[in-house]
Amino acid sequence: MALLDIKGVTRRFGDFTAVDNVSLSIEAGEFFTLLGPSGCGKTTLLRMIAGFDLPDAGRILLNGEDLADRPPELRPVRTVFQSYALFPHMTVEGNVAFPLRMAKVAAALRPARIKAALEDVRLVGFDKRYPHELLGGQKQRVAIARALVTHPTMLLLDEPLAALDAKLREELQIELINLQKEVGIAFVYVTHDQTEALALSHRIAVMNRGRVEQLDEPSRIYGFPQTKFVADFIGQCNLYSGPVTANAGGVVTIDVAGLGPVRVAATSSIAPGASGTVALRPEKTRIAAGAAQDTPDNHYRGTIAALRYMGDVTVYIVETPGGTRIEALLANSQSGRAKFFEVGDAVEMSWPVDAGHFLAE
Amino acid sequence: MPARRPTRLAKWLISGPPLLYLLVFFAAPTLIMVLASFRSPGEFGGLAPLVDAAGKLDINVDSYVRFFTEPVFFQVFVKSAWYAALTTVICLLLAYPLASLIARSGKKHRDLLLLLVILPFWSNFLIRIYAWMIILGPNAALAKLVNRVLAAFGAQPVPLLFSSFAVLVCLVYVSLPFMVLPLYANLEKHDQALLDAAQDLGANAWQRFWRITFPLSLPGVYAGAALVFIPALGIFAIPDILGGPDDTLIGNLIKQQFLETRDWPFGSVLSIMLTLAALVLAGTAAWIGRRSAGDSRA
Repeated sequence: MALLDIKGVTRRFGDFTAVDNVSLSIEAGEFFTLLGPSGCGKTTLLRMIAGFDLPDAGRILLNGEDLADRPPELRPVRTVFQSYALFPHMTVEGNVAFPLRMAKVAAALRPARIKAALEDVRLVGFDKRYPHELLGGQKQRVAIARALVTHPTMLLLDEPLAALDAKLREELQIELINLQKEVGIAFVYVTHDQTEALALSHRIAVMNRGRVEQLDEPSRIYGFPQTKFVADFIGQCNLYSGPVTANAGGVVTIDVAGLGPVRVAATSSIAPGASGTVALRPEKTRIAAGAAQDTPDNHYRGTIAALRYMGDVTVYIVETPGGTRIEALLANSQSGRAKFFEVGDAVEMSWPVDAGHFLAE
Repeated sequence: MPARRPTRLAKWLISGPPLLYLLVFFAAPTLIMVLASFRSPGEFGGLAPLVDAAGKLDINVDSYVRFFTEPVFFQVFVKSAWYAALTTVICLLLAYPLASLIARSGKKHRDLLLLLVILPFWSNFLIRIYAWMIILGPNAALAKLVNRVLAAFGAQPVPLLFSSFAVLVCLVYVSLPFMVLPLYANLEKHDQALLDAAQDLGANAWQRFWRITFPLSLPGVYAGAALVFIPALGIFAIPDILGGPDDTLIGNLIKQQFLETRDWPFGSVLSIMLTLAALVLAGTAAWIGRRSAGDSRA
């Protein structure tokens, strides 16, 4: 039995369906992420797990028990809010003590529990400080310590790193991974940041318009997106659609306007004439100045239309004579060279048939 | 430093007029009052000549001696403080739910409700007090109803008007907006996320109020309490119009000294004592407030 079962949950606000018949299970000890753009229903789903909102249809079960009749204060789950929601009139110690007081933990037992929780989040020596005397990252740690001090069965995190700067965010991502391993409880993490989701999670549910588009491990979400939305939302992706012209020997050929036939390895039973899409990550393409070699790869001529130098890598936008754009990414790993091509250079694009990923429609 | 002179001039131009106003209409009268308190009353009101016919300088502390030796004045002070305190507490109990309701209602309703709170200010203060004379009067429905109920229990009929009850009701009535507005201004700023967090951490509705909302609203409570208590301490019109013979407060006493007894020095002493009492009480309340806020934080 899964720790948390969400069964056919729907939530509507007037005409707007925020969460549309979502079913998923979260296992004990799992780092589970709800990923999607704003308005996709991820936060609404999280609020329903916490109890701040109730489903219009469907059920939420924790350890097999329906949570419908339990208000938030009686659910054994804790939330870390985006704004941290630290109590401004209480010290760090007072904030962490709050859930212990509510749970009627004897005063004599509290200091040890508070100390342990603050050590878990590596915030020692700030007990007597007030929230306004803390930095963003420190506030975040207090919020997590406060949520963990009563040993909940599940921790819900609502975009907890969104308000922090990039450097600190990366630091805290690593700490969150370690913390989750240490405390061993399930984390349900809501974010719109796909790199954060990929870095942190055991499994990711990619949500769009209230539905779960794909639920999988990070590497499969990135490598084998099942829908155009997932391919596009997670990382950069070239998406080429067109009618299927051939399907033989494990290779599907699609005729893409402005590009020509694109061949992609796929075990699909799709018949010629149906339309399909190839999803191609920029880092899986090859870009060269020379002419095409005699290989089974896809080959296209083009010119560099634009480029974005990003330090470690450079992104080249190559335009074919037919006007189709291909995004290619090249690591600037060779010393002494900032980039390989300039805007206007004629280049040859190529990628093996197994570089792309076929999406039937 | 050519750039400095204009800014200093500008500072004086901006702060000069209000400063002058306060000097002329607040500092100077206060000084006159303090000086008057050390003089003797004149034969027909006002002050006795500074130097009398015998060439004796008229400077004494007789009025202060009188204030501290006759217990009746201290009793009036205590009674005034009691009325003001009672008014403050009743206003707080009535205003808190009202301010919460307004703070939690939608933008459209909120403006309307606030308008209703300040609506009484649109009519004259005295007219509003006289209105209570009619409402509480012996021929009004309220008095008839109360006395009918009392009669049903076999009790003697009571007059509502010209009583401590009437004074208190009217004090609460005129003071209520001064409690509602600062409380509303405070409660309106409260972050719903804090209450969500408290609930998530296991707090029930009462605990969320007592541990989060109330402590965070204390600045509003103190502001409202000061705005109600201090004016209520010196009020004279309400006990004059609605009170009975036992409802003489400091305000009435001061008014009597200046307009009826014509003892300006003693009236000045009473005024000074009232100001000092208000300062001491407000200061003590602020000190206790800061301390209790510190305690709840620890």
